[in-house]
This record gives sequence, C-alpha cells and structure tokens, in this order.
Amino acid sequence: MKLSLEQVEHIAELAKLGLTDEEKEGYRAQLSAILEYADMIQQLDTEAIPPTATVLPLRNVMRDDEVTPSLPVEDVLANAPDVEDNCFRVKAILG
Amino acid sequence: MALYELTIREARALLRKGEITSVELTRAVLERIEALDAKVRAYLTVTPELALEQAKAADARRAAGEDTPLLGIPMAIKDVICTKGVETTCGSRILKGFVPPYDATVIAKLRAAGAVLLGKTNTDEFAMGSSTENSGYFTTHNPWDLTRVPGGSSGGSAAAVAAGEALAALGSDTGGSVRQPAAFCGVAGIKPTYGRVSRYGLVAFASSLDQIGAFGREVADVASVLGIIAGYDPRDSTSVNVPVPNYEEALMPDIRGMRIGIPKEYFVEGIQPGVEKALREAIRTLEGLGAVVDEVSLPHTSYALPAYYLIAPAEASANLARYDGVKYGLSIPGETMWDGYRNTRGQGFGPEVKRRIMLGTYALSAGYYDAYYLKAQKVRTLIKQDFDKAFERFDALVTPTTPMVAFKIGEKIADPLSMYLTDIFTLAPSLAGICGMVVPCGMADGMPVGMQILTGAFQEPTALRVAYAYEQATEWHKLRPPLDGKVEDKEVMRQ
Amino acid sequence: MEYEAIIGLEVHAQLLTRSKMFCGCSADYAAAPPNTHVCPVCLGMPGVLPVINKRAVEYTIMTGLALHCKIAEFSRFARKNYPYPDLMKGYQISQYEEPLCYDGWLNIEVDGVAKRIGIIRVHLEEDTAKLTHVGEYSLIDVNRSGVPLMEIVSRPDMRTPEEARQYLIKLQQILRYLGVCTGNMEEGAMRCEANISLRPAGSQEWGTKVEIKNLNSFRSVKLALEYEIARQTELLERGERVRQVTVGWDEQRNVTFVQRSKEEAHDYRYFPEPDLPPLYISREWLEEIRSRLVELPDAKQERFVREYGLDPKDAAVLVAEREIADYYEACVKAYGDPVKVCHWISGELFRLLKATELPMSQVKIAPAHLAELLKMVDANTINLNTAKMVFDEMFHTGRRPQDIVQEKGLAQISDADELLRVVQQVIEQNPEPVQQYLKGKEQVLSFLLGQVMRATRGKANPQLAGELLRRSLRGE
Ligand SMILES: [Zn+2]
Repeated sequence: MKLSLEQVEHIAELAKLGLTDEEKEGYRAQLSAILEYADMIQQLDTEAIPPTATVLPLRNVMRDDEVTPSLPVEDVLANAPDVEDNCFRVKAILG
Repeated sequence: MALYELTIREARALLRKGEITSVELTRAVLERIEALDAKVRAYLTVTPELALEQAKAADARRAAGEDTPLLGIPMAIKDVICTKGVETTCGSRILKGFVPPYDATVIAKLRAAGAVLLGKTNTDEFAMGSSTENSGYFTTHNPWDLTRVPGGSSGGSAAAVAAGEALAALGSDTGGSVRQPAAFCGVAGIKPTYGRVSRYGLVAFASSLDQIGAFGREVADVASVLGIIAGYDPRDSTSVNVPVPNYEEALMPDIRGMRIGIPKEYFVEGIQPGVEKALREAIRTLEGLGAVVDEVSLPHTSYALPAYYLIAPAEASANLARYDGVKYGLSIPGETMWDGYRNTRGQGFGPEVKRRIMLGTYALSAGYYDAYYLKAQKVRTLIKQDFDKAFERFDALVTPTTPMVAFKIGEKIADPLSMYLTDIFTLAPSLAGICGMVVPCGMADGMPVGMQILTGAFQEPTALRVAYAYEQATEWHKLRPPLDGKVEDKEVMRQ
Repeated sequence: MEYEAIIGLEVHAQLLTRSKMFCGCSADYAAAPPNTHVCPVCLGMPGVLPVINKRAVEYTIMTGLALHCKIAEFSRFARKNYPYPDLMKGYQISQYEEPLCYDGWLNIEVDGVAKRIGIIRVHLEEDTAKLTHVGEYSLIDVNRSGVPLMEIVSRPDMRTPEEARQYLIKLQQILRYLGVCTGNMEEGAMRCEANISLRPAGSQEWGTKVEIKNLNSFRSVKLALEYEIARQTELLERGERVRQVTVGWDEQRNVTFVQRSKEEAHDYRYFPEPDLPPLYISREWLEEIRSRLVELPDAKQERFVREYGLDPKDAAVLVAEREIADYYEACVKAYGDPVKVCHWISGELFRLLKATELPMSQVKIAPAHLAELLKMVDANTINLNTAKMVFDEMFHTGRRPQDIVQEKGLAQISDADELLRVVQQVIEQNPEPVQQYLKGKEQVLSFLLGQVMRATRGKANPQLAGELLRRSLRGE
C-alpha cells in the first residue's frame, strides 16, 4: 500500500497535526513501508474468526449512580494555558 | 555494601532490625542519583524533599509498629503514571509542566504501603518506542554501556534499578516496554496479565494492551511490588476482580515436574548468536532443576508485529487526541483555533508519536477499517488461540526477550521498522494479554541477556516461581553494571 | 409540481441521573458556577478511565421498551473521534454498531388521524462541554461534559412539520412519564436535529438530505422545517439542485444558514471503546427493568376511557402529563364520580393553572380536599357558585374546603325556619312586586328569589328558597 501525498495530508488533517512538507514526505515513505509490511496479515484467512477487541471475559462492569466530590475549580484550571471567568478559553471557532 | 545496592529483601531485613532507617536508605539512593544520573539520565524529575519527607513518615510508621513489604523502600516511577502534585510529562514536550491533580491507583497504593517515591523516570514519548530515544527530553543510557540504549519505553526505570538509582521501579508495558528494557539492563521485570493491575492514572497509549509492571534487582523484589500494586480497582472497568495471591509465597525454588514449552518460532534466523546461546543454556538449567521441557509451536507469531502496529496506533490515535493545548500542557496558538490545534500537536509531539497517530488514524479511517483494524483484531484472536492451546499442555513458555542485546544509541532511530522488529518476542504475549516475566540469564557482547517466561492469564505465581527457581540456581542477577570504574564483572563474563 | 417532504428526527435527551455518565460528578449542573462539577475523568485528563453509570443504562433500556424497541442482548460503547474544543478527550464515548435499543415505534395523531413513526435506534452517550462565544474567544465550561445523553433516532416517516412537532410532543410526554428526562427543550435537556428531503409527490426516489441543527423548541422545529420546505421547493421549481449540507436554524431571523457542506463531513473513525467491557442484557435484567415501567400515555388514555367512561378527548387531556393523570385518579379514588372529577380538573383546575402559569407539581389542593368539596355540593351544604369560589381559595392556599366555608360562613342556608324569616322579610319589603305576582305575573318570582339570595349573601339553598317563597306568597 503506497500512500499518496494527498492521503498523508488528509490523515494529518483528521488528526489535526500540523506537518512540514519534509515531514509529510517522510511519513509518506515510512507509513507506506510499514503498511506494506503490515499487508502480510491479508494472507491469513480470517473469514470465520471473530475479532478480539479486548482479551478480557468481563461484561456488565458498572457503578451505582452515586455522586462523588468534584475537583475544586482552581485544580480544574490549574494546568490551563488560557483562562477567563473560570472557563478555559480558546480562539473563537469558525466553522 | 553500599545501601543503594540493597535489594528490597535485604533492605527490609535491615529496616526491621533497626540497623538502618528509611531516611538513611533514601538519602543513599538520592546521593547515588546525584552522583550518577548525569551520565545515566534515568530520571526526568527527582523529588528529594518529598522523598525524604516520605522516608521520615515511613520511619515513624515503622516505629509505631507497622511493617508492610515496601515500607520505607525508595522507588522510581515511570513518567507515564500520574503523581498528584508532581509533574507528569510522559516524556513529551506536549505535557511539559503538566501537574496532575490526582494520583494513579498504583501510586495511591504505594503511598498507602509506605513506599518512598524518588521521582519520575524517562520514557519514550507516551511509551512509544524501544530505546528512550523518542523521549522529548533526552535519551537514557544503558548502565552497562553508556553508548547503548537501555531499551524502552520504560528505559529510565530499568536503568535506574540497574544503576542503583532506585531499589525498584514501576514501568508500563504495551508491547514489551517493561520486558525489553529489563532484559537490556539486566534486571528482573514483570508485565502482569492485562487486568491484573489498575490502569487508572496510567496515561493511555493503547488501552487494550497497556499494563503497569515492575522492575527489581531480583525476582522477590518484583513479587513484593506486584503484591502491592495488583488488584481490582472500581475506577478501572478492565481490572479484574479476582483475589491477589501472596506472590512472595510463590517464590519456591522447586520446579520439578513443571511443564515448560519452548516456542520454536522464537528461535529463528536473525537472533543474535550470544542471545540464543544464553537461552539454550538457561533452558538446560531449567531442565536440570527438574522441569519437563518440550518444543511447542505458536504458528501465528510472525503476524503479531503487523497486528500490533495496527491495533496499538489506532487506539493511540484516539487516546492522544486530547492533547490540543486547551486544557493542559503545551499550547501554541495560531491565527485560528484550528491553527492552534495543528501547531500545538504538530510541534508538541515528536516524530514517532506523530508517525503512530498517522498510522492509527489511517487504520481507522473510512474505507480502511475492515482491511486494517478489524483484520488485525481477527489476527489477534488467532494469536490468543495459539497461546490458549499451548497453555493446555504447558505451565509456562520460555523464550528470549529480544533477538539482540541492547543496541547502540542512534543505531536504529532512522529506521522505524527495524526498531519495531526489536520487539517481535514481546508483542504476541501482549496481544494475548498474558503474563510475561523477565530475568537475566546470561551475557552476550558484554551486555545482559534476558529470559522471557510466559504464563497464562493470572498465572503470575507460576511465572514468579520459574523465575525465582532459575535465579536461585544462577548468579546472573548478582552482576552489577560497571559504573564505578569497576569492570571486573563484565570482564569475568567475557571469559 | 407537488412535493412531498421526508422528515426524520434525531433527539438527544439528557438523562435524569444523579451522577454523570462515566464519573461521579453531579449531573445537576444547570445552576452551578462554571467548572465546579468537574473531575479528572470528565475533564479528560491524561490517565483517566470511564466507568458506566448503571442507572443511565437502565433508563435507556426503559425508554427503548416504552418505544417498543428490541433490546440488544449484546451492546457496546464505541469511540466517536472528532476534534472539537467542547470534547474533552477528542473523542466522544458513544455507541455505534451495537446500540442498546433498536427497531421500535411510537404513535402520533394529527387532525384525528393516527400515524406510526418508526424508531431506528436508541443509544447512550456522553454530553459535551458548553461553549459560550464572547467576542473573539470561546469560553469552555466543562460542567456539562459527561452528562448522560440518550440519542433517539426516528425513521424518516414524517411528511409534514406538524407531524414532526407531534412526534416530539409525544416523545417528550413519554420521557417525562418515565422520569428519565425533564424534556425541557429551552434548557437544552432535550435537543432536536432534523433531516429533510423533498421529492415529487408519489415518487419513490430519495431526494437530497439536508440536516438542520439548533432546534431548541417545538416552534423552531416546525418553523425551520416549513422554511426548508419552502426553500427547497423554490430551488427545485427553478430546476436547481438541493445541496447536501448541514444547516443551522437562526431563531432571531427565522432562517436557516449553511454550517457545513458534504465535503467537510466528518470521518468519525468509530471503534469499540477498549476501556469499557461490553454489556449483556440478560432476560432477568430486562424483565426487572420492564417491571419498573410505568403505564404510558396511550395505555392510560385507553384505560381512562374504558374504566372511567371518559370521552377520548377528555382522557387525552388528562394523560398529557403523568402528574395530572395521577392526580385525577387520586381524586376519583377519593370522591367516586370520574366524569364529574374530570370536569372539575379540566375546567376549574386547568383554568387556574393557565392563569397562574404554575406547574402541576405546585398544585396545593389535596385530592381528599377536592372530594370533600364535591361532597359538600352534593349534600347541598354549598351551592355550585360557592364551590368554585372555595376551589379558587383552595388552589391558592391549600386549605380544607370545610375550614374555608366555615370561616367565611359560606354554608348554604337550608334551614327552613331561618329561610322563612328571610322570605317573609322580602315579601314585606316588596309590596309592589308581590302584588304583581299575585296578579299572575309569574316572572316576578325570580326577582324576589334574587332578593332572598341577596339578603343571604348567596348562601340560600335556591330550591328551598323558591319553594318557601311560592308557598308564602300563596299564603300557605
Ligand atoms: Zn467528573
């Protein structure tokens, strides 16, 4: 599977990664090589094999609907790069 | 013997007898860090004041009659585990300055047990890597040879324990990140069964694979730490509610009649001759101890690497989406809000993390999900079935941990695929979610070799028992890296 | 050309749990200062893990049952990946291929015609944080992040904006009956998105779908759909094509505006949530939940008609709100005559509720007191007009009717001796009219009766007073 530059750009945009042209070219080559290697799994016949999303046999792990204390608002915002009126602040969202 | 060289078992005996205090022990280790870490660079953050405070508290608790296995023992914590009030960066620039307002469950358990936390150890960024070279800060050096990598991603923790900069350490293992550095640094390490130790507070890389593990200078120490950190946690829905056995009681040197399988797919071309030789020798030792050894096949082994490198990055691409410069960590604003996202993530993440995010995003994206992610999950089923079948016949499987000893810093960093290939023996057990234990079993090229002992889910006692029996029958775990100008051990082994 | 609208609705309903979907923070955030109902989990801090709120799962299943859905034996959460500043983890924990409930329906009625609207699925997810736009910036309040949110997706079975409105009203009714959601659209506890496409009447082809967001009231839903139908009809009439877009509804200007084109559509990259083991809904668990299900509006209306002999229209009014229906039944139990109780509730009570804008929950009249009042009328202790007055007083104060009647001396005078004295007084004071009556002018009697009522300040038992007046005039 050889990736095109457009595909690399599309993936980077989905993942919101700002990449330099050099990086894009590098990832195009590297990801292509890795995917080519990964393509070996296509040889396996897995028609009748169920997927394993998790190895655990667990089911119905739930908690009771009980309220526990929240963080003090200072702790919530302590790591925030930009704060206004006890809220996180970002540039206005256009589109 | 210097205090920093003590194992947990030895230190505990001296603390109990009142011959040393935790403050003395902690101070000795802090001095060792002070003296050595400029060369080894195991730590991202050292917290001497906090550590001495905790040591003082531990001494007070002991004076009051308390005596838990880790009371007053100085330990190091991999920087992917959240520590309340202490910077937690995951080795990433994007989390520079991030101070969690909460403790991971394992940290809360260590604190309750009276362990002394020395600081946070270096790691490949977000635990993605096999050498610590992907750390956003610096590379840790292998205490056995400072020009070599300590392995990764928990390279800082493994190096700290090997270098006497901690008596024990916590690491995390997603595809081999405890086992491979344990082997490279010549210490004991365990990756418990998925679900054995709470992941709450472990910064997620690949959620269906991540598991916290432990390093020690001998098997008993690993058992002590595991005994404290293991167990069900209501905050982690994937932690399993089964009782935690007394792991120290599993440490019996007798493995007579135990059935040990040797997967033939793990002794393939390309494996370093010294590594294979050490393993063959170790297997003979196990046989000598009365184990019944036979060959076994795990036919889907070669598919583990591609399956892993589709599943883990896919999960990672989601887990790492939260680092956007809005709530915490690095923030590089741009002209628009979205530019801020692109800048922060583009510049905050290192090359390997971005590579894996890209890979995972691709594997999940429209049109490719079935061919990559879903297919990889089906392969995962086949790999798990291989192990299930093997454990019908065997109590444990023994393999090399890595195909080679620690490689040179810079040797593989330019070629991601060759780096990935260093993990081929640890990936399949991770995909199967089983327990994997590593003990030193020889030297090759002047560097330690590690034996990987695999057991079925929640069969930690069996893995510890095999490791302990082997350890008691050999001297490898007593070797120390030649960090003080003393190279006699290394020289001895070369002969 | 005649066009037919194809409308489907997607409703998000916040569940009335105490704590959030995946953490223990209080879900009751509406009046809380910003970022005070936040913990590391709902803030999406590094290292945190979700834990499923059992009540939220049960509320969703309950809703599914009420909407005649099939309940999945196996259900799972999935990560829906899209970056946005209101989404703390960069993904939303939602459901994808394995929703809790699927394939159901609900009945609506428009102009007396019943119609069945299909439900594709009901699933469970977490709400996002709240963004407030202030000038060049957006402020993020994380309190709402992680509140349990149920998504109910209808089939495109609606054909008119009024049908869509009725569907929403009915759905709101059901959610409120179940007690799983306040159903308040203005507060954002229930939110609606609509899909609409047009096609030539009679055609079987699908037109281009437009998605409408920001519908915060029943009114908006209807207006926005009407607007889109007009806009798309105009486009089609002109021979132009409808573009596949997502539009927003501008409540101030009553227009839709384009938010996103098809090309900008998301690729959500769903995959099973690895942090949460799947759910298996056993028969036992399902039956246990079913046993907690209350009687729903349709069934209740039917029963009211059957059991109490009410007119279906009257019954529909009573069952619109569960509290009213419950109140009605309590009153019937206390008093007896279901039709009479119905008239009092849909007459007097509704009039006062409307005038005071109070909700049913604030009504102070105990059912036993209403029964007492009606029994006083039956026993001729008070007349109907007095009863209405007393009812008004009860509504505002919650006092016992007997106390009110006693205190204000409103009891009807049915004592013949006492009334006779008044009657004779009136005859003495009105010689002229009496003469006229005796001359055969029968209608004068009502004037004289009025005088008796006036003298007793309305308390005279009208039948008895009339009878006594006639007899006295005739000299009996
Ligand atoms: Zn919370």
